Amino acid sequence: MNFFKKIFLFYYDGFRSMTVGKKLWIVILIKLFIIFIILRLIFFPNFLKSKFSGDKERGDYVREQLIKRK
Amino acid sequence: MTDTIDLSMVDWSRAQFALTAIYHWLFVPLTLGLSFIVAIMETIWVKTGNPEWKKITKFWMTLFGINFAIGVATGIILEFQFGTNWSNYSWFVGDIFGAPLAIEGIMAFFLESTFIAVMFFGWNKVSKGFHLTASWLTAIGANLSALWILVANAWMQYPTGMKFNPDNARNEMANFWDVLFSPVAVNKFLHTISSGYVTAAVFVIGISAWFLLKNRNVDSAKRSILVGAIFGLITAIFLVITGDGSAYNMAQKQPMKLAAMEGLYKGTSPNGLIVFGIHSGDKKVEDGTGGINVKLEIPRLLSLLGYRNGNAFVPGIEDILKGGFKPEFQNVPPLEVDKAFSAEEKIARGKLAIAALGDYKRARQTGDIAATNKADSSLKVNFPYFGYGYLNSPDSIIPNVPLTFYSFRIMVYLGGFFILLFIFTLYYARKQTLETKRWFLWLLLWSIPLVYIAGQAGWIVTEVGRQPWVIQDLLPTVAAVSMIDATSVQITFWLFAVLFTALLIAEVMIMTRQIKIGPKDGGTN
Repeated sequence: MNFFKKIFLFYYDGFRSMTVGKKLWIVILIKLFIIFIILRLIFFPNFLKSKFSGDKERGDYVREQLIKRK
Repeated sequence: MTDTIDLSMVDWSRAQFALTAIYHWLFVPLTLGLSFIVAIMETIWVKTGNPEWKKITKFWMTLFGINFAIGVATGIILEFQFGTNWSNYSWFVGDIFGAPLAIEGIMAFFLESTFIAVMFFGWNKVSKGFHLTASWLTAIGANLSALWILVANAWMQYPTGMKFNPDNARNEMANFWDVLFSPVAVNKFLHTISSGYVTAAVFVIGISAWFLLKNRNVDSAKRSILVGAIFGLITAIFLVITGDGSAYNMAQKQPMKLAAMEGLYKGTSPNGLIVFGIHSGDKKVEDGTGGINVKLEIPRLLSLLGYRNGNAFVPGIEDILKGGFKPEFQNVPPLEVDKAFSAEEKIARGKLAIAALGDYKRARQTGDIAATNKADSSLKVNFPYFGYGYLNSPDSIIPNVPLTFYSFRIMVYLGGFFILLFIFTLYYARKQTLETKRWFLWLLLWSIPLVYIAGQAGWIVTEVGRQPWVIQDLLPTVAAVSMIDATSVQITFWLFAVLFTALLIAEVMIMTRQIKIGPKDGGTN
C-alpha cells in the first residue's frame, strides 16, 4: 500500500470511528463558516486593500493619516 | 487640514478587540497546559504499562480535544480586526508582525494539527513511542503557536529591532533576533504559558475533585490530582518568578503601567509595595491626596522588585507627568539618560516628529535634498516620542488606575491562593485524607472559575495598564484606528458577543457531558 493511501486511510478511519469528534466537527464547520464567510467577507474587508490597489498608495494614505490625524 | 477621528470609533474598536481577546483567552490557556499534562500522563503509561494511566490519558485528551476544537480559529478574528478597524496600526507595524505571524501559521499550526491527528486517531495504529512523541509534539506545537503571537504583543509593549521608514510610513525589521529575544518577549512568553499551565492544573484537580465528591472513578481521580497538583505547584512557582520578571521589565520600559498598577502617584526613594489597598476612585492628579485610602505596605519592596535596589526611586504617575528625575535605567531614549522629560515635553517632541514626517514628504516631492535630510534628522531624533504628538494633554498618558490596581491584586492574590491549593492538595493526598475533606474538594472544584478570572485579570493589567498606547510611545489608539463608521464596529461587536457566547455554551455543554461520562476503558475519540 503506498504511503499516501496509508495516510488517507488513517484519517478516514479516524473520522469514521469518532463519537464526540463528530459533534465537534459540526461546531468547527459552523464556526469556520461564520468566521471566514460571513464575518470576513461581509463585515471585515481589509480597509487598505479595499481602498487602494498597491502598497505605494496604501503607504501614502497612512502617512497622510499619520500627519493629519488629530 | 486635519482629520479628526470619531472617538466612539476608537472606543468601540477597543471594546470589540477586548471582547474577542477575552473570549479567545478562555480557550487558549487550557490548551497550553492540558496538552502537557496529557503528555505527562501518557509518559507514565508508557513507562509503567499500567492500563489505568492509558484510560486517564484518553479521558483528559478528550477534554483537551473539545477545548482545542471549540477554541481554534477564535484568534483569527483579532487579525480581521487589525485589517478593518486598525488599518493605520497594521500598516505601521506590518513588517514586524508579518514575520512572527507567518512563522506561527506555517510551523506551529501544521506541527500541531498533524500530530493532533496522530494523538486522536493513532491509538492502536502507531507504536506507543510514536504516539507519545506525537502527544509531546502537539504540546510543544501549541506552545510555539503562543510564542509568536506573544512576541508580537511584546513588541507592542517594547518596540525594538526595527527602523521607521518615512517613505512608506512603516516600521521595518532591522533585527529579527532583537524582536524575538527582547527581554519583554522572553518573559511575556514564559509568564503567559506558565499561567496556562496553572489553569490546566487547577482544571484537572477541580474536575478530579468532582469525581471524588461523587465517589466515581476514584482511582483515576486520585492519580489525576497527583499529576495536576505537582505540575501546578512547579509551574505556579515558575509563574511567580516570571511575574517578578514582568515587573522588572515594566519598571524599565513601561514605568507608567507600574505606577498605575501600584496606585503610586508620588514616588519616593525607597518605595514600598502595597499588599492591600483601597483606591479612592475619584483621585485627580495633583489634588494633594495619595490616591490610596487604606493600605498595608511592605517597605522597600517595590524598589527592590522593580529596580533590584532596595533604595531605588520609583517614579509615580505625577513624577512621570512632570519629569525631571534621573532614570534608574540606561535604556531610555538617549535624550533622557540624565533627566526624564515631562509629558508636556514629550508631546511637543511628538508633534515635532509628526511635522518632520510631513516636511520629509514635501521635501521628497520637490526633490529638495537638504530639506529632506533635515526633516529626516529631526524625525530620527524625535521618533521615540512620535505617538505623544497625537495627545492633547499630559493626563492622556495615564491609564485607568483603579482598574489596573485592582486587577493586579486579584491576579496576585489568586496566584498565591493556587500555590496554597496545590500544597494542601499534595499534603492531603500524601496523608490519604483527600476524599474525606469534602469542603476542600468543593474548594478545588470552585477554583476552576477563579483560575480563569486570574488569567483575565493578568491581561487587563497588561493591556489596560499601557493605555493610551497601541505601540508603546509610538502610536496611541486614536492614531491607530481606521477612518470607518463606528456603527459597523458596533454591529460586529454584538455579532461577536453572540458567536463567542454560543461557542462558550457549546464548549461547556459538550465538556460537562463528557466529564459526566468519565474515564472509561478504550476512551472516546
